[in-house]
Amino acid sequence: MPAYSTQELMIIAAAREIRDGEVVFVGMRLPITAFGVARLTHAPNAVGLFECGLARHAPAQDMLYTMSDPPNQLGAAWATGLTQVMGILQGGWVHAGFIGGAEIDRFGNINTSYIGGAEKPTVKLPGSGGAADIAAMSHRLLAIMNHEPHRLVERVGYVTSPGGLAGGGARRAAGLRRGGVAAVITDRAILRPHGPQGELHLASFHPGHAPEEVREKTGWSLRTIPGATETPPPTAEEMAALHAIDREGFWR
Amino acid sequence: MIDKLATLQQAVRDGIGDGDAVVLGAGLEAAIPFAVVFELIRQGRRDLELVAPISDGAADMLFGAGCVGAVSAAWVGNVSGGLGHNYRRAVEQGVPRNVVVNDYSNFSLGMALMAAAYGMPYMPVRSLLGSDILASNPALKVLQNPLSDEADPVVLVPPLKPDVAVLAVQRADRFGNAHLWGSLGVAQEAALAADRVLVLADEIVEPGVIASDPNRVVFPGFKVSAVVHEPAAQHPSPMTGIWKRDTEFYTDYHRRSRERDGFLAWLEEWVLGVPDHAAYRAKLGSRLDDLRIRGSALAAPANFAAS
Repeated sequence: MPAYSTQELMIIAAAREIRDGEVVFVGMRLPITAFGVARLTHAPNAVGLFECGLARHAPAQDMLYTMSDPPNQLGAAWATGLTQVMGILQGGWVHAGFIGGAEIDRFGNINTSYIGGAEKPTVKLPGSGGAADIAAMSHRLLAIMNHEPHRLVERVGYVTSPGGLAGGGARRAAGLRRGGVAAVITDRAILRPHGPQGELHLASFHPGHAPEEVREKTGWSLRTIPGATETPPPTAEEMAALHAIDREGFWR
Repeated sequence: MIDKLATLQQAVRDGIGDGDAVVLGAGLEAAIPFAVVFELIRQGRRDLELVAPISDGAADMLFGAGCVGAVSAAWVGNVSGGLGHNYRRAVEQGVPRNVVVNDYSNFSLGMALMAAAYGMPYMPVRSLLGSDILASNPALKVLQNPLSDEADPVVLVPPLKPDVAVLAVQRADRFGNAHLWGSLGVAQEAALAADRVLVLADEIVEPGVIASDPNRVVFPGFKVSAVVHEPAAQHPSPMTGIWKRDTEFYTDYHRRSRERDGFLAWLEEWVLGVPDHAAYRAKLGSRLDDLRIRGSALAAPANFAAS
């Protein structure tokens, strides 16, 4: 079995969420690498979208610090504006989107705006960017988080990006026609919505992280999907694809 | 056609006033007009309303310098570094002054500019439903779609009409006709919406160069009020085909702006103590040479012949 870092496992877990032929908002850093791994393994026809106004068939050849960097412009499949790529997101053409966040709650609502409330925040976070749009309008939302009790909370103080809102039918009742969190990929586990309320449950725990530890590091009483198992470790093929993209070993 | 060439100092003095709503950073992380950001700080502009989806680093500098009274944006911070320290100090502690935050998402911000560009009373969007952005930005309203018999709430995004859009481009002629390529962010919507457009051109070319490829003209030259020729006006952000991103510069800014005193020292070193953008380029020296893109990946020519 190949050796791998926690971040590499998260990248490969994220890559496994991308299906062949899908149009995916890939964002930056970890998800963009995941997009590359998916393309080289099981999803050769996936298309990546970037909210600055780019579509790509293959990830950039050089390291990116932002999605607008020159290596992401070279060889793009489409160079256009923000309202075009986010407009087709609204049109229903985007299957999945990745976002990160400071806080996520048990129904998958994500806060990237204010800690301590919008009136008198203790921490002003950068804000939505495109996250609220991707969360509202893609068919599946894939969240990437560090798994700590102050990040996976019972209820976020501010919903920047809607998940299931109060659970059950609340998301549809708010007028959101599709979507919601499909998976939360953390450094300890993968959570998925389960049951009539769509509450996030433990779906798989990463090698070296017992379910008890995952529960302890979750800010609500985390329940487990029946049959939850260990996250399958990266295969040799997946690691080869990752190393082909991450040539400098940034994620090692 | 009117010759619109101006110096950076003139264009900022005549084109951007105290209290103006200004688009800086329409290109998200690329083509951010930092030369104008620095000049606004040097000229001591006050009470600006910043309008942008994302303006990597630039907005944070203007907050720290006390130039901003309000921000209508989707994201403010340092993309490769993290939270904007000056933005945090302004919002959390009112240092150096209090600011009003109007929350948007990228899409709703783009649609607000589009509404202004096309003279529409609002743009209906299906984003933001269920988001607390609707609560913290009372300008956004939810309404039942009057054309539907079923429950169909939509968010009405009112127009955001900037006084000025500042756009860095690869090349322009002296009359305001410009080519911009690569990802465009909201450059087109911002230019079409704004009362005035200030173009920062990395290169000034003959009008025939621009006219040879009118599809690469993202906004019409007649909307442009001034053209400034400043190479690397977008430094440290990238410019497709000309400049790489100076990530080290952002990292240094992020580290030094962590404390207010550190930011003020940074500001003195890179902005207040530097008279103009030529001096700024000279100060960067060989570092700027290293950022210049030297490779060539040219688009195929497009034939516009008529007969």
